[in-house]
Parts: sequence; C-alpha cells; structure tokens
Amino acid sequence: MSIEFRMPALGADMEAGTLLEWKVSPGDRVGRGDVVAVIDTDKGAIDVEIFSDGTVERLLVEPGTRVPVGAPLALLVGEPDAAVAEAVAQPPRTTTSASTAPSASIPLATMPGRAPRVRISPAARALAERLAIDAASLTGSGPHGAVSLVDVEAAARATPKAVSRRDTAPMRAVIAAAMARSKREIPHYYVTTTCDYTPVLDWVAIRNAGVPVEQRVLPVVPLLRAVVLAATQIPGFNGHCVDGRFDASQAVHLGVAVALRGGGLVTPAILDAGDKDVACLMRALSDLVGRARAGGLRASELASGTITVTSLGDEGVESVQPIVYPPQVAIVGAGAVVERPWLVAGEVRPRRLLTLTLAADHRVSDGRAGARFLARVADLLARPEAL
Amino acid sequence: MTLTLRERILTLLVSVAPDVDAATVLPHVAFRDQFDFDSMDLLNFAIAVSREFGCDVPETDYGDLASIETCEAYLEPRMDAPPQA
Repeated sequence: MSIEFRMPALGADMEAGTLLEWKVSPGDRVGRGDVVAVIDTDKGAIDVEIFSDGTVERLLVEPGTRVPVGAPLALLVGEPDAAVAEAVAQPPRTTTSASTAPSASIPLATMPGRAPRVRISPAARALAERLAIDAASLTGSGPHGAVSLVDVEAAARATPKAVSRRDTAPMRAVIAAAMARSKREIPHYYVTTTCDYTPVLDWVAIRNAGVPVEQRVLPVVPLLRAVVLAATQIPGFNGHCVDGRFDASQAVHLGVAVALRGGGLVTPAILDAGDKDVACLMRALSDLVGRARAGGLRASELASGTITVTSLGDEGVESVQPIVYPPQVAIVGAGAVVERPWLVAGEVRPRRLLTLTLAADHRVSDGRAGARFLARVADLLARPEAL
Repeated sequence: MTLTLRERILTLLVSVAPDVDAATVLPHVAFRDQFDFDSMDLLNFAIAVSREFGCDVPETDYGDLASIETCEAYLEPRMDAPPQA
C-alpha cells in the first residue's frame, strides 16, 4: 500500500514551501516522528517529520523546488496499519486546509530566476537564499563545478550588504495574514486580572539558589505550567476552531510567542506540555527558543499549538491584549512584574504583581468561562509549590 | 595565543546570540538595549559565563552581566583561577 508524503502547512497561512534537503533516500525505513526533509518557509528552515511508518519508495521533488501545500513530495510503502496511523496523526494538516484559507498572498521572494538549474549543495542553497545571493551567479569550486557552502560564504564576504540583517518582509507578511484573518474571523473577548506573583518569584528564587545555573528556571515557567493545567481543567480553551466548529484537544500543545532579534516572531508549541512539570517545561522552553532563533524548528511544533502564551514581561509594559492565533481559540498575555502597594490581610504591603489577560474566541466560549479560566490560573499561581 | 577578557566575553555573547556581530557591540551599553536581549538570553549567557570561567553566577548577580563593561568588572577579580581545561 502506497502512502503520499505531502508538503505540510506549517502554520495557518502558509501556501507553499521550498524543499531544501532530503534526510532520507529511497529504500530507507522511516518511523512516525522521524525527520525526513528540511523545508524552507517564511519562518525559516523547518525540519519536517513524517506521521507514518514505512519505507521510502520514491522522492518526487528535487531540493530547491518550491511546492504548494498539500502537493506530494515522496511516496512510501506503508506498514500494514500505517494508513490508520496517518489518519489519526494528521489533524495539524487538516486544520490548515480549511476552505477559509486567506487570500492574502505571501511574496514568493526568492522564486524568480530559478530557471537555469545550478549544481549546488542543499546547505549552500539554503545559505544563498537566506543571504539573497543569486546562486546562478556563483562559480562553483565543488565536484562538477557544484556551488558549495564555501563559495556562498566567499560571495557573502565579497558583498557585505548581503549579510546585513535577516529580511523580515516575508515573516511580516505571514504575521499580517494570520493576524488579519484572526481579527476578521474570530470575535475576541478579553478578561483581565492582576495577581500577586510574589509567591511564585519567592519560590523560584529559593529553588534557583539551590541548583547550578543550568538547572534554573525563568519566572515565566510557573505561569506556563498554570496555563497548561487550567487548559486541561476548564473546557473550551484548548483546541482548534475550524469552519466554526470547535475540536477540543486532549493534549495541551502550548504555543509560546518567541520574539526574534531584529523583528518578527514565531509561536512554536511545546508538545504534550500537560505531561511536563516546571523543570521539564523550562528545558523544553529553552530548547524551543534556541531553535526558533537559530533554526531547526519542527513542522509539528509550528502547526499543532492548541493554546498560546505571550509574555512581554521583559519589555516593562504592565499588560497586553493579545490576538488569538488561528485556528486556536485562546491566548494568555502577561505583562511585566511590577512592585506595588497591595492589601494583604488588611495591611498595605509591597507586593510584586502580574497582570494577565485572556483573549478568547466568543464562538467557542463566553466571558464567564473565560473569567473562570483566568481565576484558575491565578489560584494555581498562589501555590507554586503545588505546580 | 591568549584571548583578552573582553574577547572571551564577546565569544560567549556570540555563542548565545549568533546573530550578533561581535565587531559592533558597544561595551558600555546594556545587551538588552543593543539587541533585544531577553531573560532567556541572559540565562544562557550566565550559563556560558559560569562554564567558561568555572565560577558560579548566582541569580542575584545577573545584573552584573548587563554589558561588556559590567561583565569585565564582575569577572576581573575571578580571573585568578586558571581557565578550566
């Protein structure tokens, strides 16, 4: 039985991607979750996993080719029950193939001039595209005149302008399309609460003082944990809404808004965050942020978030009213921790406060449920040792 | 060839934030004001510093890692110990 491996949609608004590199060859056996290809998108180079077990039969697309979402990339010969496994494992893909796909076009910036085929290694092609260097203009020093990484690096040094900042225009277009769609289709409502974050910060300080620097956690991590727990406890906030229908998710794949230096952001997800305690979430967050900034995010991490947290705490603002990332239905925004006079048991005390705002999809939940959700988060944060 | 303290700090900085150009870093300006250094970057930088210089960097000292110059002032007295192999 033959299985098609298709170009995945790595986010609600992706229309096409460029195959950079195959990680497998015909004849290789692959298992669910194996990285089989690297795809270049407007969010950078992404490792794409396969969702079935099988053996690679044929690769249909050459590295360097731009392919629309859903087009077959390779053929596999499946294991006996692989078809079932694939059908179950594919929701991230189906949620993004909705007929409501935005009409906003994403600039195919690097496409013209592809016509003459250039012998070039995948890594060199990736670098050349990132630096906006025309590979066809380079003289290759590799075997059969192939352009290698060294040639691209030499060209980059020769044209210093090319190595300036990452071009943020494609990412801006992706953000614009996703956020415009959200504001067009999702009737947002917002609830806000200010909670006393002092217990969390005290708990984090004591915990961190007793462990080596590698094992310390950031103050935002207990918040992530509290949101994950609330998402599993209060229905209506964890899942996807497609064509007006809400599919609740059992697992919590926690999207985290990660700002990139020089502008732009991505919201990859910590997969199966419900199974992770604070220390484990910290490791996952550190890994995710590192790969978001350096490259190497996985397709499943970009497409499967079920609820998102955004924290602008480092920037000093007190609150943020975030925008739901479709097809998700809820996002929690956190401002900076600020020290303020606060009444504790009838006395004014200096306390460190955190303002949380939940933005949610009114097609799926109501303000009262939203209030309950946010109150649960605040309750959980009052007892950080129990997180 | 021995690296100066500043060169060692810059190397660590670039290891944490590879998109930063070491040649353009201003020594007296805080990292967060120069290139959007956030708390995750600062933690990773503290980890890198503690490994490179073989000293613990308590959380309460993170403020001393704000810029190249504050790092130098913080690390200079800790330089007596030979670098870890």
